[in-house]
Amino acid sequence: MGFVKSDQHDFSGDDQRKSSRDMPGLLRTLSTGNVAERRWAARDLAQYPQAITELLAQLRLEQDRTVREALFVALTQSGCPEAVEGLISCLRSEEANVRNDAIEAMKLMPDAVASVMHSLLHDPDPDIRIFAVNILESLRHPMVESWLLDVIEHEEHVNVCATAVDLLTEVGSSAAELPLQALRRKFPDEPFMHFAIEVALTRIQGG
Amino acid sequence: MATIEISLEEFQKFREFFYRKTGIQFDDNKRYFVDKRLVERIEVTQSDSFRNYFNTLRFQASGDELQKLTNLMTVNETYFFREDYQFKCLVESMLPAVCALKKPGSRIRIWSVPSSSGEEPYSIAIYLLEHWPQIANWDVELISSDIDTDILQKARLGCYSPRSVQHVQPAVLDRYFVRKKNGDFQICDDLRDSVEFTRVNLSEIADTRAYRNFDVIFCRNLLIYFDDLSRRKAAEVFFDALNPGGFVCLGHSESMSRITSLFTVKKYPEAIVYQKPEQK
Amino acid sequence: MNAGSKRILVVDDAATVRMYHRQILQQAGFLVDEAVNGIEALEKALNSPYDLYLVDINMPLLNGYEFLVDLRSRDIKQAPAIMISTEAEQHDRARAFESGANFYMLKPIKPADLLKYSSLLLGVGG
Repeated sequence: MGFVKSDQHDFSGDDQRKSSRDMPGLLRTLSTGNVAERRWAARDLAQYPQAITELLAQLRLEQDRTVREALFVALTQSGCPEAVEGLISCLRSEEANVRNDAIEAMKLMPDAVASVMHSLLHDPDPDIRIFAVNILESLRHPMVESWLLDVIEHEEHVNVCATAVDLLTEVGSSAAELPLQALRRKFPDEPFMHFAIEVALTRIQGG
Repeated sequence: MATIEISLEEFQKFREFFYRKTGIQFDDNKRYFVDKRLVERIEVTQSDSFRNYFNTLRFQASGDELQKLTNLMTVNETYFFREDYQFKCLVESMLPAVCALKKPGSRIRIWSVPSSSGEEPYSIAIYLLEHWPQIANWDVELISSDIDTDILQKARLGCYSPRSVQHVQPAVLDRYFVRKKNGDFQICDDLRDSVEFTRVNLSEIADTRAYRNFDVIFCRNLLIYFDDLSRRKAAEVFFDALNPGGFVCLGHSESMSRITSLFTVKKYPEAIVYQKPEQK
Repeated sequence: MNAGSKRILVVDDAATVRMYHRQILQQAGFLVDEAVNGIEALEKALNSPYDLYLVDINMPLLNGYEFLVDLRSRDIKQAPAIMISTEAEQHDRARAFESGANFYMLKPIKPADLLKYSSLLLGVGG
């Protein structure tokens, strides 16, 4: 009793697991294993770009949130356009946390997300447009301000615009001043919109 | 070069951004502290203006500059018994919860990462010996890891300056340290032998596979310096390294609210810690 | 009862929304704290429970529903919660009440409405 040394003599990453770690073995585990095994399979499959389709298929079926998180991280790591296509379908999920986790994943995939951003921002569903703006919140991409300006110039939905103005308080430059002033005229009776626009303009002009 | 000044609006914009990223909130009275560090980095990076610098922080693909700035904005010192309210939480709250799920006499595993030069794992070992008499009834494994093999060597050696042991009570110093000729203090052999030091890169899945069946993980003041994806991957590592019902402790200015929802928030009288849900 | 002793937690990932609610509520004398998502909100509530929660639905990591379900399961002083949603999510109203909300409001919020319903739920003159 007291302090003891590990029976495990090697922490250098030797594989002690029983199941097969090649791609077919991992895919089998991903669909048939228990929660812990499915999580490990998802994490290990992140190194196989060919496995994106199966990761996305499992994401659609997966009921356990902890496995879903591992799947989201694996897809984020891939950073590829196919993964983004799958994540877009998650934005339309009935389950709020699937939508939110997809947004979080897409925030970290600037290159792959950039090519679909225009169409997301013009989706017929205002929810999807709000989520698209949410993705821009921490997207490390030089187009972020232009996308936001496009939103406040053309968007009619007050909550989509409000979400865009919120981000412009952080990333807006002098190019945003006129569009923000125009937006104020678009929603003359919305106190929140006026408040947010005021904050954005003050930040831009005071910088 | 003209002196750079940070305007009130720029301070507010930065404060909001930094809070969202790290969870650290600077009050108005920290303005001088924050401005000074911003100006320092603006100059070092030759950004010329806050606007350019902020664009780097916000848009740089690697996120390196944000990590450097975070380093400056936070105090990252290691010394013995740093943030010891968490060690109190370990013996008063976490270990009782862990033991309740185990057969008496079985093994408890604690992982301390990063080991840095060893202050944290040795502090945990000493704290357990001093404040947790039940250690007589359990086998405790203490593993401490770092990415840096030089620092691991230093940790194994366990030699410390008087400054780094300044918070150690004299009696404790006598019991667990040996005074060297040069004035340094070395951890005694028994205690050095009680911690296993290993090398790990938390971002390398192959490195982390062997870390399983832990009951408590200390990972303090590390993830705050990681980029968003690396933080999430580290959280995945911890989740899979823990037994159900096991705990993660982060540093006092860190929170899972900026990392992942894998863990349950657990409030104990001494601290907030994060728990891997018990199996249903 | 007066507003000054009442503590309100505003939970929303949008900084301007938090600032807006804070300004309206502070002017009326309430004490206001902020959180950017459900996890931070839970940490703050467990440290020191509030008298009212204003909760956005869509937030990163732990959304409004999940936050309320978790909050309601805790052994702490419970308090009313207003769930705040965007128009397109009106069908989620039922889910908000199932999760433990006491009231449901649509964005964008008018200051008078925010004050009226906050005061009502807090049982203070408003």
